Amino acid sequence: MASTGQRIALPGRAAVWLGWAFVERQTNLWKRYWAWELVWLVYGVVNTLAITFIAKQVDQAGLAGGQSVSSLVLFLLLGTLVWAYLSAVLDDVSLVVTWERWEGTIEHTLMAPVPRWVHLMGMAVFGVLHAVVRTLLIFAIALPFFSVELGQANWLAAALVIAVGSVSVAGLGILAGVLPLIYPERGTQMSFMLQALILLVSGVYYSVDVLPAWLRIFSVVSPATYILNGIRGAIIDGKGPADLAGNLLTLALFGAVLVPGGIAVFGMAERWAKKTGQLKRQG
Amino acid sequence: MNEQPLVVSGVSKYFGGGFSARRLLPWKGRDGAGRREPVQVLRDVSFDVRRREIYGVIGANGSGKSTLIRILSTLLLPDAGQVRAFGLDVVQDAGAVRALINRVSADPSFFRNMSALENLLFFGRVYGLSPGDIRRKLPDILARLGFEFEKAREPMSHLSRGQQQKIAVARSFLTAPVLMLLDEPTTGLDPRSKRDVQAFIRRVQLEHDATIVLTTHDMAEAEELCDRIAFIAGGRIVAEGTPLALRQRVADGRPVEGIDMEDVFMELTGRSIQEDEVPAEVMASG
Ligand SMILES: Nc1ncnc2c1ncn2[C@@H]1O[C@H](COP(=O)(O)OP(=O)(O)OP(=O)(O)O)[C@@H](O)[C@H]1O
Ligand SMILES: [Mg+2]
Repeated sequence: MASTGQRIALPGRAAVWLGWAFVERQTNLWKRYWAWELVWLVYGVVNTLAITFIAKQVDQAGLAGGQSVSSLVLFLLLGTLVWAYLSAVLDDVSLVVTWERWEGTIEHTLMAPVPRWVHLMGMAVFGVLHAVVRTLLIFAIALPFFSVELGQANWLAAALVIAVGSVSVAGLGILAGVLPLIYPERGTQMSFMLQALILLVSGVYYSVDVLPAWLRIFSVVSPATYILNGIRGAIIDGKGPADLAGNLLTLALFGAVLVPGGIAVFGMAERWAKKTGQLKRQG
Repeated sequence: MNEQPLVVSGVSKYFGGGFSARRLLPWKGRDGAGRREPVQVLRDVSFDVRRREIYGVIGANGSGKSTLIRILSTLLLPDAGQVRAFGLDVVQDAGAVRALINRVSADPSFFRNMSALENLLFFGRVYGLSPGDIRRKLPDILARLGFEFEKAREPMSHLSRGQQQKIAVARSFLTAPVLMLLDEPTTGLDPRSKRDVQAFIRRVQLEHDATIVLTTHDMAEAEELCDRIAFIAGGRIVAEGTPLALRQRVADGRPVEGIDMEDVFMELTGRSIQEDEVPAEVMASG
């Protein structure tokens, strides 16, 4: 792929400036879709509450009590919040093509002199910022409903896990975004299916130990597994960055593979779409 | 940048074809083959455009104009042949070419719920312009196109089709491209807006040293704007020359001023501009 624009000498500042155009655009777009934002927020809150209430039910039914229930509440609360965060990043990044196709702007965006990696990074940065805001809101709204113990939490370690983990999720999002580029009709559904699979295998609402052995293979290769592990380690067990070094390293490795890999695959898919005329079929 | 703005040599493009598993089903495939026949929409197209020239491409619906424009704008890859813009290959050096060109397409294509201004800010910024630059340049561009600046703050979806098309023209000229690809830029505009846009194109050509490739179905527009015109039929360029030279080719002793350009087109392509182009492959086989 010597053709996707690497020939423009691009100093770091110019790349950031170009990439930021996408962050700004997505912000402008979302402003117009604030009603949807509200829908997702309500959905996120309800989802978080519903799942965490399961733990309360366990308490009231006398299945378990005391300490074990409050740790279950925290376990589930963190699971739903992290999932809200991850799915928001995945959604935003993987919509890179779908959205442009829907608006009819894809050709104009793809012919702009922006190297594809800068474009994709811009989308990823917006995705992460967007997801942070949304998740913090859900967290703030849901927190008063439960009495959870957060005194032991190591917030710095948690933030580190999210920061490092977001890179690999952005990589996954880019890979998922390739599908609508190759399959204009069904690609979006396929990337939602990919999300569902990640939800199943990564231990969002349960420990991955409960999965059948063959499914556990997938949880090993899902970066979400390590993000959830790391976050729970930091907040429930109060582990510090040093205790989570293994986790962080794995996540960094995922990021180092998935982001360049995703960008390369995107480049190949773009080339194929331009060869076969799949970019857009009208006009 | 002393190289020629555009050199197109031997470009061909096919669509379709490739493997289709469905065709293998006994009741689908005609000869049991899994391959569909590709359709050739561009056939060995060659021409070049000189500096500051407005080069017109005229052809019936489906004759391959937009396909050609897309190849020139790095949005489609040719199956054969080569295109060089200012000496750069549009496939190999796509990134560098993109910085030099821009395109207006027949459908305006914007983020519908963003305002015209937000759209223009985005599409300008990805060409490296700063928001300040864009805000400075816009009022003048919009005024020349006869577009009220205040309207630019409204969501794109509130604008009429003609107004959207003017924003599309503004978007592409905002980035001051040295090679401009205009695919039916005035389709859907009322007569007055059409004139605004045509005058604007002329002016940009004169003042900004831009080279322009223009497709249109409007013969009067082609004559008025273009220095040279190519007639394309069935994906092939069948005639090329200045409007006058094209008239002379069919004049046959008549005074050239009296000949309608539309008749010239019909005579040289063997069909009318309103007639749809039959896909080349179908034509060849039946
Ligand atoms: N992406 C694509 N995939 C498959 N076929 C395509 C694609 N783009 C164009 N075609 C086919 O190629 C032929 C030429 O299309 P093109 O859009 O270039 O025509 P045009 O000259 O621009 O027509 P119009 O005047 O209607 O805009 C048509 O038969 C069209 O169906
Ligand atoms: Mg067309």
